[in-house]
This record gives sequence, structure tokens and C-alpha cells, in this order.
Amino acid sequence: MQADADNLFRALADPTRRAIFERLARDGELTVHALTERAGVSQPMVSKHLASLKRARLVHHRRDGRETHYQAQPQALAPLVDWMSLYGAFWRDRFDQLENLLERMDK
Amino acid sequence: MTNTTATRTLVIEREMPHPQEKIWRALTQSSLIEEWLMKNDFQPAAGHRFSFRATPVPNWDGVVNCEVLLVDPISRLSYSWGSMGLESVVAWTLTPTNGGTHVRMEQSGFQSEQDASYKGASYGWQKFIGGLESVAGRLD
Repeated sequence: MQADADNLFRALADPTRRAIFERLARDGELTVHALTERAGVSQPMVSKHLASLKRARLVHHRRDGRETHYQAQPQALAPLVDWMSLYGAFWRDRFDQLENLLERMDK
Repeated sequence: MTNTTATRTLVIEREMPHPQEKIWRALTQSSLIEEWLMKNDFQPAAGHRFSFRATPVPNWDGVVNCEVLLVDPISRLSYSWGSMGLESVVAWTLTPTNGGTHVRMEQSGFQSEQDASYKGASYGWQKFIGGLESVAGRLD
């Protein structure tokens, strides 16, 4: 779905959000506090970034008392690595170039 | 580890108003391949290992590692196609028609999106999305 892909691109376009996602992907489940300690931005900013990542389904959260734990959902990256659609566009373009070449070979 | 993952295949077909022999040359002569596909050290001999090289871009190193699998002049050609974690096979089939030649390109071995995403995530997805700032910029 296009809206999902747009959310995904927007979420990952920000370097701080990428760093947060990367850290969750690497370290597993972390609390907002733990993420804030290393993010280099305030806790409200981290929460805002996490909300954006959540919209893109890149993270999943679970409440445990007063703490919220976040987990990376790497399968949400699928639209970025859909090789088939990338190669579909690639080969159609190359077919055009092949036809161009064939025209020139006539001369 | 068992490998029961179903793979998907991309097929592109086109009718071209050119003789089969001429298209075969465009598919198998290194200097001609370069003109429509990429720089390469291809040789039409089964078992020959070669690579395609394009200008690297932020999300792709521009290298495709290949091995010639089948050369059946002037009808069938196939080679493996490995790049950025994708292990696939590209197979060309040329069939003469009344007005020219039917060209079929089949690239097989695409894993399901689920697998691809995990692979992408473990393979350096951050490299892949390096150019996303500009993409995202165009969305607004």
C-alpha cells in the first residue's frame, strides 16, 4: 500500500530515527529511558520519533507498569527490498535500450 | 537448515522487429551488451564467471556477480545473477516470429518479501536507504 510505503520512507528519512531503529534492531527490546540515554535528544523527542516509527510499523511497543518497551519490526522494511519491483523497472528500461541498440545496428 | 522457501519469478517479454541472429549478438557480445545493459567481461561459454559493473550509487555498489549457465545459439542463454544478497538466475529465450523475434527474459529466485526484508535488515539495509532523504523530500 502506498500510504504504508510513504510512512516508511518518512520514518527512515530522519537520521535520529534511523539510529533509534538501528539500535532496537541490534539490541532487542529497550525502554524509552534506555533509548533516551544514548539518543542525544530529549525524552519527548525520542517519544515523538518512536511514534513515527510506530506509524510505519517499524517498532512494536508493550507497556509494563510505568515503562514502555519498544521492539524493532524489521519485516516492515519489506517495501524497501522488494527486488522484484525494482528489477521489473530495471529490465523494462534495459529492454528499451536493447531496442535502441538494435535500431542502430541496422545502420 | 532446510530451505523450503518458495521463490518468485519475474518475466518480461517483448516482440522485436529484428532477426533472431542480430538480437543474439546484442545479448552475447561483450561490447554490445555494454551498450544496453552494463560494462561486463561476458564470454558466451558455460562455466565462465564474469561480472556486470555499473556506476555505484548510494544504495548499490554497482556490481553483479555472474556465471554463464547455458549457451544454446541462437535461442537460449542463461547466467546466474548475484547482487546485494539477491541470488537469482537470468534466462533469455529467443523465438522467431513472422515479423521478427519474441524476446523473453525470466529472472528467477526472488525470495518472498518476508525473507527479503530480513535479509535486507541483516545485510545493511541502512546502505540501501541511504538515498531516502531525497525520496522522502519528493513525497511532500
